[in-house]
Amino acid sequence: MAKVVYSIGDDISTDVIYPGRYMATVLPTETPQYAFADDSAFNGQLKSKQIPPGSIISAGANFGCGSSREQAVSTLKGHELIIVARSVARIFMQNAINLGLRLIVAPEWEASVGDEVEVSEDQVTNRTTNRSFAIERLPRARQAIVDAGGLIAYTRKRLVEGSTVTSPSRGR
Amino acid sequence: MGMTVVEKILARASGQQAVKAGDVLEPRVDLAMSHENAALVINQFLEIHKDTGLEPKVWDPSKVAIIFDHRVPAESPKTATNQKKIREFVARHMISKFHDIRGDRGGICHQVLPESGYVRPGYVVVGTDSHTTSHGALGAFAFGIGATEMASVWTLGYAVNVVVPATVKVEVSGDFPPMVGPKDLILHLIGKLTAQGANFRVIEFHGPTISRMSTSGRLVICNMSVEAGATSGIVPADAETELYLREEAGVRDPIVPVLPDTDAAYERTVTINVGGLAPQIACPHTVDNVHPVDRVAGKKIQQVVIGSCTNGRLDDIAAAAGILRGKSVAAATRMLVFPASARVYQRALERGYVADLVRAGAVVMNPGCGPCLGVHEGALGDGEVALSTTNRNFKGRMGNPTAEVYLCSPAVAAASAVAGEITDPRKGA
Ligand code: SF4
Repeated sequence: MAKVVYSIGDDISTDVIYPGRYMATVLPTETPQYAFADDSAFNGQLKSKQIPPGSIISAGANFGCGSSREQAVSTLKGHELIIVARSVARIFMQNAINLGLRLIVAPEWEASVGDEVEVSEDQVTNRTTNRSFAIERLPRARQAIVDAGGLIAYTRKRLVEGSTVTSPSRGR
Repeated sequence: MGMTVVEKILARASGQQAVKAGDVLEPRVDLAMSHENAALVINQFLEIHKDTGLEPKVWDPSKVAIIFDHRVPAESPKTATNQKKIREFVARHMISKFHDIRGDRGGICHQVLPESGYVRPGYVVVGTDSHTTSHGALGAFAFGIGATEMASVWTLGYAVNVVVPATVKVEVSGDFPPMVGPKDLILHLIGKLTAQGANFRVIEFHGPTISRMSTSGRLVICNMSVEAGATSGIVPADAETELYLREEAGVRDPIVPVLPDTDAAYERTVTINVGGLAPQIACPHTVDNVHPVDRVAGKKIQQVVIGSCTNGRLDDIAAAAGILRGKSVAAATRMLVFPASARVYQRALERGYVADLVRAGAVVMNPGCGPCLGVHEGALGDGEVALSTTNRNFKGRMGNPTAEVYLCSPAVAAASAVAGEITDPRKGA
């Protein structure tokens, strides 16, 4: 069981998740302090560790639209948050998969702050409202990156296998 | 069933006869672009190689481009140190397509790449910037990726697990009325499709209006395709593309256009006639909150910005200079102009546009992203209103979450700067 600690609407951009003025900070170890920096209340709760790991951010459609900045993912991952959204913008989704941020897409999803949520393989259930929502599966190819433990590990394996564009065995 | 342009490009890049939307491929990359966020790419690139016993080596240094543009000259010691680290990496790995902070060849990545001839029709271009979609203007399949994914491309030379996107065809006909142009077209289209209407899809532009459009205009519409969520915007290469690459980018080797099949499978087709289009404006705080400019005319503005990878090219600056020549920016309004590249800046100087703008009271700054992303120059005060030719108006985008950003064309921006309030440029500034 996990609790919804933050609820936001549609079209939440990476500028909101991780404002551009902190973009000179790149290391995943340093980005978490700026999560939702323009919302000083929530940012404060995160920074002072009042939000337990595994808590849920509930979002509407097109979460993470805008800039490709990966900090928008590493900043959330650093707090071990789980994102449940109605839909997600493409680059954000890829970055989340690559970095191992838990991201659940459920097109009909509805929840409010304080709701208790349970996640299973193919559905996410809001225990407070007693409603279940189907989860959209990741494309198989993307799931392979998740299963490898992220893109760094995935690419490292390919590299070690000699599976690069310049290697004759690959025949690209 | 035939293939769309992007399907054809991806088939070639992955050595397949035919591909269709939904297929998963690993296409070879022809150009891999980053800006200051190369600092993170380098970090992830080294991480991939860690404990493998293999020496970190970029697969093909001639296919990597790094352009400093987001925070130039550096606004903080942190940025300066990131830039220093990147310069060292560039030298060590012999990356030749590197554009440092310079008055002769610097600028915004999405302007430097096309004008340097780095992008060609049929290329697969990836960039650690969401507006990499811009390069579809030259008939390439160009899309934004994150830093870790770029580190993977630097390592392998191909993009892993790319799902072939479905394509939306946009047919544009009609002549633009005076003071209306490509920016108004793309704002109108985003309003129609919504901010997520083309998510995970490609927008392929067709029609007589596109055929007649300059590469500069095509860069505007492909640039902002991502604001409808699109993976990429693309204009199939034609005579104009060839002309641009030869004359402007100095390309000498053969140019091979990739065209869609006549029976290509499009997910849907959207038709637009621009004959009756009014100047458009995107109101705070989403890019798809688009209206004819009249709807918000009279709104007081404290800052006008002309520039960015969307509208910082020579024709944009010419349009603004034409409106401001012999006039004056309103007393309560600040006007900032950021040419998109050093080359654009030099031409604007030669043609007297810079003098026109400066005499009217505008501040002309160095080429780069400037205030577009809210980290550098031109921050907004609490509650202030900005009118900008950039591409995003999200809350906090220009550095202040209490400020408001409206998006428009250079003509609307210039006319409004004179009036000190949002103004329809057709009414005479
Ligand atoms: S001008 Fe703005 S949108 Fe374009 S690359 Fe720079 S920050 Fe991004």
